[in-house]
Amino acid sequence: MPVIFEKSVPGRRGVRLPECDVPCKGDIPEACRRGRDAELCELSELDVVRHFTELSRRNFGIDTAFYPLGSCTMKYNPKVNEAVAGLDGFVNLHPFLPQLDRGGMFTQGAFQVMYELERLLCEISGMTAFTLHPMAGAHGELTGMMCIAAYHRDRGNRKTEVLIPDEAHGTNPSSAAIAGYRTRPMPTDRRSGMLDVGELEKLVSEETAAIMLTNPNTLGIFNTHIHRIAEIAHRHDALIYYDGANLNAVLGKFRPGDAGVDVMHINLHKTFSTPHGGGGPGAGPVGVRETLEPYLPISRVVKRRDGTYVLNYQYPKSIGYMAPFYGNFLVYLRALAYILVNGKQGLVEVSENAVLNANYVMHGLKDVYALPYDRPCMHEFVLSASRQAENGIRAMDIAKALIDCGFHPPTVYFPLIVKEALMIEPTETESKETLDAFIRAMREIAEKAETAPDEIRAAPQKTSVSRPDEAKAAREMDLCYRG
Amino acid sequence: MSYVANTEAQRKEMLAACGLSSMEELFAAIPEELRPKSFDLLAGKSELEVRSYLSGLARRNYSHLVYFLGGGIYDHYIPAAVDALACRGEFTTSYTPYQPECSQGTLQAIYEYQTQICRLTGMEASNASLYDGGSALCEACHMALAATGRSRIVMDSGINPVYRQMIRTYTANLSIELAEAPLVLGQSSRDNLFSLLNGETAAVILQNPNFFGVVDDHSDIVAHCHEMGVLAVQSVYPIALALVKTPGEIGADIATGEGQSLGLPLGFGGPYLGFMATTRGLVRKMPGRVAGRTVDRNGRESFVLTLQAREQHIRREKATSNICTNQALCALRAHMYLSLVGREGIKEIANLCLAKTAYAMERFRAIPGVEVADCGPAFNEFVVRLSVDAAGLIGRLIDHGIAPGLPLGRFYPGMNEYLLVAVTEKRTKFEIGRLAETVEAVLCQ
Ligand SMILES: Cc1ncc(COP(=O)(O)O)c(C=O)c1O
Repeated sequence: MPVIFEKSVPGRRGVRLPECDVPCKGDIPEACRRGRDAELCELSELDVVRHFTELSRRNFGIDTAFYPLGSCTMKYNPKVNEAVAGLDGFVNLHPFLPQLDRGGMFTQGAFQVMYELERLLCEISGMTAFTLHPMAGAHGELTGMMCIAAYHRDRGNRKTEVLIPDEAHGTNPSSAAIAGYRTRPMPTDRRSGMLDVGELEKLVSEETAAIMLTNPNTLGIFNTHIHRIAEIAHRHDALIYYDGANLNAVLGKFRPGDAGVDVMHINLHKTFSTPHGGGGPGAGPVGVRETLEPYLPISRVVKRRDGTYVLNYQYPKSIGYMAPFYGNFLVYLRALAYILVNGKQGLVEVSENAVLNANYVMHGLKDVYALPYDRPCMHEFVLSASRQAENGIRAMDIAKALIDCGFHPPTVYFPLIVKEALMIEPTETESKETLDAFIRAMREIAEKAETAPDEIRAAPQKTSVSRPDEAKAAREMDLCYRG
Repeated sequence: MSYVANTEAQRKEMLAACGLSSMEELFAAIPEELRPKSFDLLAGKSELEVRSYLSGLARRNYSHLVYFLGGGIYDHYIPAAVDALACRGEFTTSYTPYQPECSQGTLQAIYEYQTQICRLTGMEASNASLYDGGSALCEACHMALAATGRSRIVMDSGINPVYRQMIRTYTANLSIELAEAPLVLGQSSRDNLFSLLNGETAAVILQNPNFFGVVDDHSDIVAHCHEMGVLAVQSVYPIALALVKTPGEIGADIATGEGQSLGLPLGFGGPYLGFMATTRGLVRKMPGRVAGRTVDRNGRESFVLTLQAREQHIRREKATSNICTNQALCALRAHMYLSLVGREGIKEIANLCLAKTAYAMERFRAIPGVEVADCGPAFNEFVVRLSVDAAGLIGRLIDHGIAPGLPLGRFYPGMNEYLLVAVTEKRTKFEIGRLAETVEAVLCQ
C-alpha cells in the first residue's frame, strides 16, 4: 500500500475553509518567513478517508481479535467510555479557564471528575492522595521517584541508589536513572519466582533511596513477603515504590497502601480500560501515603467546605510541574466512567475473572510448553518456548504463527529472566470459547514445531506483509518519506 | 457490571479444569493479613445512569465560551473526518506495534506522521510522539545534555512559563545548571542569551513564536551557539510553521512543540501531543519510538519500530528516555488533520489566523485607554495593556460568553494590566468586534 504522499495530486483539495471576513492581512517580515511551502499532501477528503480506513484494516485491535499481550492488560474498552469522553462540556473546555480570576467556577464539573476519581483511586489502592497529572505509567514512575528524591532531600538524607528486581519492566530502572539515581538489580528466587529477600537484605543500605516492586510481578506471581520487604526498606529510611501496572490481578483482594507501600502508580490504560490507541495516550496517576503528600506535583484539586472545588498551588514542598495542566483529562475521564459502571462488586469480579482466565489458559498449555515457575498464577503467566527452541522454533516464531491463527501474540522475550519468554495475559473480558480456541491454536503450533517447523518459520502468511527485515531498517534509517 | 463474558456455569467448569472449586482459591497466595482493610465503593451502575451523571457534570462547565484564550493551547477547527476516522477500533484498541505484521496500519501511519513533522519543521528525523509540548522540551534538554556531555542549559524567557517550570522540575535531581535570559521588549535578547553561554553550555532553548506571540528569526542565535559547540533547541507552534521560518531553516539541532492545534480538542489539558524532530546526526540520541520503512521477506514494502537499542526495554537505566506509552492516537489525529487540510489548507489556516489577529489588534488599538504592546510581528497572539487589572476584567467578560485571553500577571509579576489575546481561524469578524466592544464597555463602567 503506497504511503499517503505518493497519492498526492497537485492542486487537489480536502477540507474547505471559510473566506477571510476581515479587512486586514497581517504581515510576517521576509526574514521570518519560511522559504518553501511545507510539502503536505494534496488529497480529497475521500482519498484521505480511504487511506486511513485501509490502514486500519492492517491492524489487529481488541475489537478485532484476542490480544493476550502480557503486562498490557488488553481488556475490552467499553464504548460508553468513549461516549462520555466525547461530551461537549469536557471536549471544548480550555485548560487555562480555571486559572483565570474566579475561573474555577467555570469548570466545576471537570474538577468534580478529578476529585472523585482521586478519591476512588485512593480507596481502591489504600493510598492517601493521588495526582492525576502523569500521562503514562513511566511518567508516573518518574513523578513518584521525583517525590521520593524530594522527600529524602527534605530530610537531609544522602541517598544514591534504587534497588530493582531483575524481572522488572525496563521503565523502572530508566525512570529511577532520570530521577538521578544509580540502579542496582536484585535477583529473583529461582524456585518461588519472588524477589529473594535474603539477597535484598544484603543489598539494602543507608544509600538506598527506594525499592521498586511490581506485585504481582512480571512473572504473574504475587509476592507474599511484601510487608517484610517494606519493613526492611523502612528500617533504612528507604521507601517502597509500587509499579501498579498489574493491579488488574488484585482489585478488592489487596491494596498496596495496606502493605507499607509509600508511592505507586496505576496504568489507567491497563486496569481501568482506557484504550491504548496503538501506543497511547495513557494515564499513570500516582498515589502516595501521607508523608509523601507534600511533594506531589502542582496543581491539586481541593474541595471546599461549601462543596465547591478549587485548584490549589500552595504546596511549598511540591516537586513542581510534571504536566502543563492536569494530565490526560479525557483519558482518565474514561477510567472514571469504567469504575462507576463496575462498582465495588464489578471490580472484584474483574480481578477474579482475570485470574481465573489466566490460570485456565496456563493449565491448558503447561504440558506442551515449559512453565519455568510452575505455580498458580495471578492475572498472567510466563511460558518458555525452550522445548521448541531445541528444534529451532523460537518464541518469536510461535508469536508469528499465532498471527496466522487470527490472534495477537503474547509479549515475547520479556521478562528478561525467562529464556524464550511468552508472557500471556488473557484478561477477564475474554470468553471461555475464545480461550479454548487460543489454547487449541497454541497446542497445534507446538505440534507443528515438531512436524512441520518450516511452516512455522514461514509465518505469518495471511497478513499484508510477512516478517520485515529489521536489520535493514536499523541500518538504512528510512524514517521519513523523500519521494 | 464488569464486562465479563463467562457465565457462572462456565466459571465452574474452568475452575474444575484448574483443579479448584472456588474463586477464592485463586487468591490463596494473598495472606489474610494482606487483605484490604477497606474497599468501600458504591455498587455498580448502568451505562445509562453513568452517562447521565457525567453528562450532568459536563453541563456544569463553561465550554460554550468564545475563546480568545490561548497560551500554547488553541481553539482551532477540527475537520469532521478526523473524529470519524480516529475512532476506528482497529486504531483505538491496539497496543504499541510490537508485532509489525499485524500492526502495519499503525506503523505506516507513524512513518507518515514522522514525514509530516519533518516537512513541517524542516528537520530530518521525527519520533513517533512524546506526551506533550512541555515534556518534549524537557526531553530535548536531557538529549542535549547527553549528546554534548555538558551540564548547563540556557532558556530564553520567551518560552512558555509552564514549560520553564517543567524543565526545572525535570532537572531538579541532576547536577546541572539552568540559566534564564530575560526578554527585552518582548523579544529574545541576543545580548542576554550570549552573555550566559559558556563552555559547559549544552543547549540554548528558544520558542517561536514566543509566549507573547512574537515571531522572530533565530538564525543568528543558532549560528552563535554552534560556534561554541552549543546545541540549539527550538519549540515551535505547528500551524505557524506554514508561514514562519522553520527550525530546519535556522539550523536548529532539535525542534519540539505542542501538536494540539493539529486536530486535537482543548480537552481540559489533554491528551495532547508532544512532537520532536532532529538531525540525522542526532537520531540515535533522540527519545521515544521511531518507525522505519524496510522490506519483508518477499521484498514487499513494510514498516517496523526501529532503533530500539535507544529505548528502556533494551537499555534499561542507560536508555535515552524512560518513555514507553506515548500519545500515538494523538499523533494519528495530527497526521489525519494535516492530510485533510493539505499543503494549501495549512497556509490558508495560518493566513486566516494572521489576518484576524491583525484585525483584532486594530480593534484593540481603537479602544481608549488600551495599548497594544509593540513587541514585533505577531502571528496569532498578542499582548494588550489595559488600564485596569486584567484578571479582574475576565470574569465580567465571561458573563458575556467571552474568554478574552490570559492575564499575564498569572505568570509575570508586575504585568497585572497585561492580557494575552489569541485569535484562530474560528473567530469571526463579528466575534472579534464583540470582544473589542465588550472590553470597551466594561472598561468604561
Ligand atoms: C510492568 C510495567 N511497568 C511499567 C510500564 C510502563 O507503563 P507505560 O507504558 O504506561 O509508560 C508497563 C507497560 O508497558 C509495564 O508493563
